Amino acid sequence: MRAFTYERAKDPIAAARAVAERPGAKFIAGGTNLLDLMKIEVETPTHLVDVQDLGFDRIEPTPEGGLRIGALVTNTDLAADARIRRDYAVLSRAILAGASGQLRTKAPTAGNLLQRTRCPYFYDTNMPCNKRQPGSGCAAIGGYSRPLGVIGVSKACIATFPGDMAVALRVLDAVVETVDAAGHRRAIPIAGFHRLWGDTPQQDTVLCPGELVTAVTLPRPLGGSHFYEKVRDRASFAFALVSVAAVIQPDGTGRAAFGGVAPRPWRVEAADLLLPQGAATVTARAFQGATPTRDNAFKLPLATRALAAVMAQAASRTKA
Amino acid sequence: MSDLPKLEISRRGVLAGTAVTAVLTGNPALGAHPTPTQGEAAPPMPVRFTVNGQDQRLSLDPRTTLLDALREHLHLTGTKKGCDHGQCGACTVLANGRRINACLSLAVMHEGDEITTIEGLGTPEKLHPIQAAFVKYDGYQCGYCTPGQICSAVAVLDEIARGVPSHVQADLMAAPRPTNLELRERMSGNICRCGAYSNIAEALAEVVGPAAAGAKA
Repeated sequence: MRAFTYERAKDPIAAARAVAERPGAKFIAGGTNLLDLMKIEVETPTHLVDVQDLGFDRIEPTPEGGLRIGALVTNTDLAADARIRRDYAVLSRAILAGASGQLRTKAPTAGNLLQRTRCPYFYDTNMPCNKRQPGSGCAAIGGYSRPLGVIGVSKACIATFPGDMAVALRVLDAVVETVDAAGHRRAIPIAGFHRLWGDTPQQDTVLCPGELVTAVTLPRPLGGSHFYEKVRDRASFAFALVSVAAVIQPDGTGRAAFGGVAPRPWRVEAADLLLPQGAATVTARAFQGATPTRDNAFKLPLATRALAAVMAQAASRTKA
Repeated sequence: MSDLPKLEISRRGVLAGTAVTAVLTGNPALGAHPTPTQGEAAPPMPVRFTVNGQDQRLSLDPRTTLLDALREHLHLTGTKKGCDHGQCGACTVLANGRRINACLSLAVMHEGDEITTIEGLGTPEKLHPIQAAFVKYDGYQCGYCTPGQICSAVAVLDEIARGVPSHVQADLMAAPRPTNLELRERMSGNICRCGAYSNIAEALAEVVGPAAAGAKA
């Protein structure tokens, strides 16, 4: 691990300033992804600003009838919150399908959104990777691509966003709230928070340097039946090959987003409208223009089948 | 009779020797070693927390993980370094009563925290009930993952008691029960390469009581 200096911030704007003014500085909260990457020197911050004391650790109702989740609320606490379990069950389900009990204890809401890809070439510092070292090339293209992206990827990078929580947030149309060094606040819809890689895969999100996530807000509850179907190589503690977050209403309408397939949670609103016509129709629209490799082409039928499984469960709940 | 001097060999001494051999033969994959460092170190920073109820004040390179602080600075070697990347759970300890991977946490971030390690759960004379159950049911073979398994299990039972839901729970609103299926899911962050999982599950079933463990999820 490269050497760094460390400070524990007491104020959000001061924390944002400390990172914005110092090249190589980073925020740290749970640290479960950042320290993992620092040990192999994929991440080499020169200064860490610890934000754990900033008080963003509550879940509060909003005037609009939704909830504001503090950026530091841990995954364990968020999934266990009675309001989330009752009104936003897709979010509890998605969080509980990810990582391990130990990691969820530490990982906060903002850190989960900001976790980096698990593309094996991103982790292997002996191999070219445009995301880790811009301009070095992409070893995944033509390499081992089974876990990688099938849509929204680029000629520079075919990595996926690896998380589960964000897929549920995409179905719920959550909004990410931030503050910067000048004290400016902005609200970023989750749909536009993670970038498509294009020519600059080194930049995962639309956040500016030093911009600090303070909260994630959820709109009013959607009702309906909530599902998070995750298909992975082992029954627990593994990243998704494909996942589906869905909220299905009794009349068969609803919303669906897919994880493990793209640089960001993948949802196409025009495909949502096709839900009453069946899973295959939905995924044909949602994955229009997909560019899978030979090794990950299986993700397309897998997405259809995962969605079909969810819709079958929804239908049986409606009957019951 | 042999007149060779009697050798006092401890398990830790053998392991330390193995680590030295690994370094000399240039194979970094063998043996436990502190997190590698390179370049100029930042000045040491003071940190104060309690470990197993004892006040500890340390001055550490900010890079020092909680795991290395426990093992290399406080010489509490019960907590193990397995993968050092949060994938195996061998380093599981309790921080303010909650389980964490000590390898993925900086020691300086634990100012004021209460840390509990395997050394703080029981003593050879008075085992923690989970330790006693692991002995009774052979919940290990080599034992390397065991301290992490036991610390994790202590937290799992607390999480179930507090109503923290899990991936395998059919009804998210219901109070979770410590069934075999639940315990296996909740313990999935602790890997055992020997494959003692079924015995670990039996040990935990005894601790929670046969009625609870046999209940439907």
